[in-house]
Amino acid sequence: MQLPPALHARLAGAPGSAEPLPVERDPAARTAPFRFAPRPVRFPREHDFFEEGDVQRHLYLQDVLTQVGGAPERPRVPEFTCQVAGCCQVFDALEDYEHHYHTLHRNVCSFCKRAFPSGHLLDTHILEWHDSLFQILAERQDMYQCLVEGCTEKFRTSRDRKEHLVMRHLYPVDFRFDKPRKSRGPVMPGAAEQVLAEAPGDDGVPSEVDAMEVCSEHVEPPPAPAGERRAYSHREMELVSFSCPRTVAQNLA
Amino acid sequence: MWSRQRGRLKPLCCGVEELRCRRREREAALRKARREQQLVSKRLLRDEALEEAEEGCVAMIFGEAEIQQFLRLAQRGTEEKEREGALVSLRRGLQRPETQQTFIRLEGSIRTLVGLLTSNQALLQLEAARCLHELSHSEQSAVVEACLPATSYLLTYLSGHSSDFIELCLYTLGNLIVESEAVRRQLLPQGIVPALAACIQSPHLTVLEALGYALSQLLQAKEAPEKIIPSASTDSSVLGSTLPQHMLQLLQPGPKLNLGVAVEFAWCLHYIICSQVNNALLITQGALSTLGLLLLDLAGAVQRTEDAGLELLACPVFRCLSNLLTEAAAEAVGGQLQLRDERVVAALFILLQFLLQKQPSLLPEGLWLLNNLTANSPSFCTSLLSLDLIEPLLHLLSVSNVVLTVLCNVAEKGPAYCQRLWPGPLLSSLLDTLAFSDTEVVGQSLELLQLLFLYQPGAAQAFLQQSGLQALQRHEEVAQLQDRVHALQQTALHG
Repeated sequence: MQLPPALHARLAGAPGSAEPLPVERDPAARTAPFRFAPRPVRFPREHDFFEEGDVQRHLYLQDVLTQVGGAPERPRVPEFTCQVAGCCQVFDALEDYEHHYHTLHRNVCSFCKRAFPSGHLLDTHILEWHDSLFQILAERQDMYQCLVEGCTEKFRTSRDRKEHLVMRHLYPVDFRFDKPRKSRGPVMPGAAEQVLAEAPGDDGVPSEVDAMEVCSEHVEPPPAPAGERRAYSHREMELVSFSCPRTVAQNLA
Repeated sequence: MWSRQRGRLKPLCCGVEELRCRRREREAALRKARREQQLVSKRLLRDEALEEAEEGCVAMIFGEAEIQQFLRLAQRGTEEKEREGALVSLRRGLQRPETQQTFIRLEGSIRTLVGLLTSNQALLQLEAARCLHELSHSEQSAVVEACLPATSYLLTYLSGHSSDFIELCLYTLGNLIVESEAVRRQLLPQGIVPALAACIQSPHLTVLEALGYALSQLLQAKEAPEKIIPSASTDSSVLGSTLPQHMLQLLQPGPKLNLGVAVEFAWCLHYIICSQVNNALLITQGALSTLGLLLLDLAGAVQRTEDAGLELLACPVFRCLSNLLTEAAAEAVGGQLQLRDERVVAALFILLQFLLQKQPSLLPEGLWLLNNLTANSPSFCTSLLSLDLIEPLLHLLSVSNVVLTVLCNVAEKGPAYCQRLWPGPLLSSLLDTLAFSDTEVVGQSLELLQLLFLYQPGAAQAFLQQSGLQALQRHEEVAQLQDRVHALQQTALHG
């Protein structure tokens, strides 16, 4: 199929078009037995017209998916150590280090050093565990926010929230990132927070390794004075470049 | 995926001919599945034979004792490397269906795996995720459904930052989504749609491509038009989320456009649009504009490069545009968009030429778009004429009747249009089509002839001179054509 040579130039040119020719229909045009009428056509989901394109799409997906899942070849680099204070993990691949960093050092609570999978959960944790104003407000109104992104429900107690997570959102009863706060010190009369038994370690993971705690090799920081807030952000780490171990070291020095 | 795809070496054991043969078999299987409306099925997504050929060595089958040992080592081993190694071995074993079955039947095995998935040891987490991924791939429902306890964590991790890990979680979720409506009935209340909406803001292309895949599977589900797409559904609505806006952003042409990502989201958009839920909303969000620009960009790309795969993006773009053009809302915004821009027609023809060489089976889809563009648009009909595209269009007559429909779209707009269709190759092409036995084709040709006779003086005369009457005669007895044949004979002879 030969296209006019000017066509490619037209594509690269400016938007716009020639003035449309005048439309002038003769009523005789659509009289029987002739019946043509111009009509945009619409095809619904399952229409056979889509068969060919759908087949091509799935052939492509098959090729793509056979490649997913195997551990990709990682370029190896000379061994280096995580530069975060107190962490002594060693790595020989940047991607491994990236995942380690994000898992253990990225969303870390500066009060209790627990690590969280996301900023959202970290923020919730800080609010509920370390914010005294939260505790005061929680006595009068629903402050415990549902953990599912997009759900705006709030609850009076964390137990109510857990029930909501289980019933409404079909979350597991022992969801790891919703461990209730363990009460420290004397129990105040009328305290809103009930102490629930810590979930037993029958899931096979050694009980001294709490999902939200950093590894025991960390140096314990001096405990923050009770009730005192830090002036700066509670999130510990800024974004770090992963392109080169030396850069990482420089960033964290 | 595109970079991975190109880097992938073909297995030495398969010759080129064997690969072509396998591909034909796969195509046949997919065609059959589509006719049975079973195209979204786990079995079809994973091409087993190709995979086995790719594996250097076949994974061993592990028994209960071995699996237990691996799990124990992974949990309680003292050395990092030892724990990781145990999970790697387990993962390899889980490629075998027999091992998968043994694994899921072992008490506490999934619980342990989920524990490792949520542990603080990053590399164990990754390997545990890979094990889950293997299980999610299985053809056995029981194996796939054994992964369900992990889904709340997979969704939670989508808000994390480790791109490789998130990518893996997304492909695993994609596999789970495809498995059954029962699985989706758990994933939707768990908040998969908001989780995806948050994750789509990731800057990582690999994450975006994986997300597009997972979302396309969700949108292709049978219940999607009622339960997943509409904004009325509370927690699970795609149209109610920010996903459509982000999708359109990711489809915007420019230096940031990534083909692999664009393909996935174009298909997502197609599934939403052809479900006919609320296309007006998409139009207000600029879908027509974005897709039009994307079409231009695609046409530019096919000229620049021999790149394999542009047709994978062209197809859903054609579909989205064509279906959107049928919406009343499209008429309303038509004025302000470059949907009056004749470059759209130029781009479409460049793509048609590309498809003619690369994937002729997709030509009807491109012609469908051409019909929808020209049907009610004097502007685009004029573009066809002013850009000299009638002759190239005639070249595609053998591909589809829609060519005749498009010509009728042009001709029915009156004498000014028919004048530009004449003289030229049109008459001889029509005489050729009159020789076909296909009633549809002949019928359309008769309609076009009538319009030409009506609006173009001299057309009837020329028709007679080229033995048009004889061409008409052979259809005099055909029921659907009789009346029109006679009417044309009369007009030709008597004016």
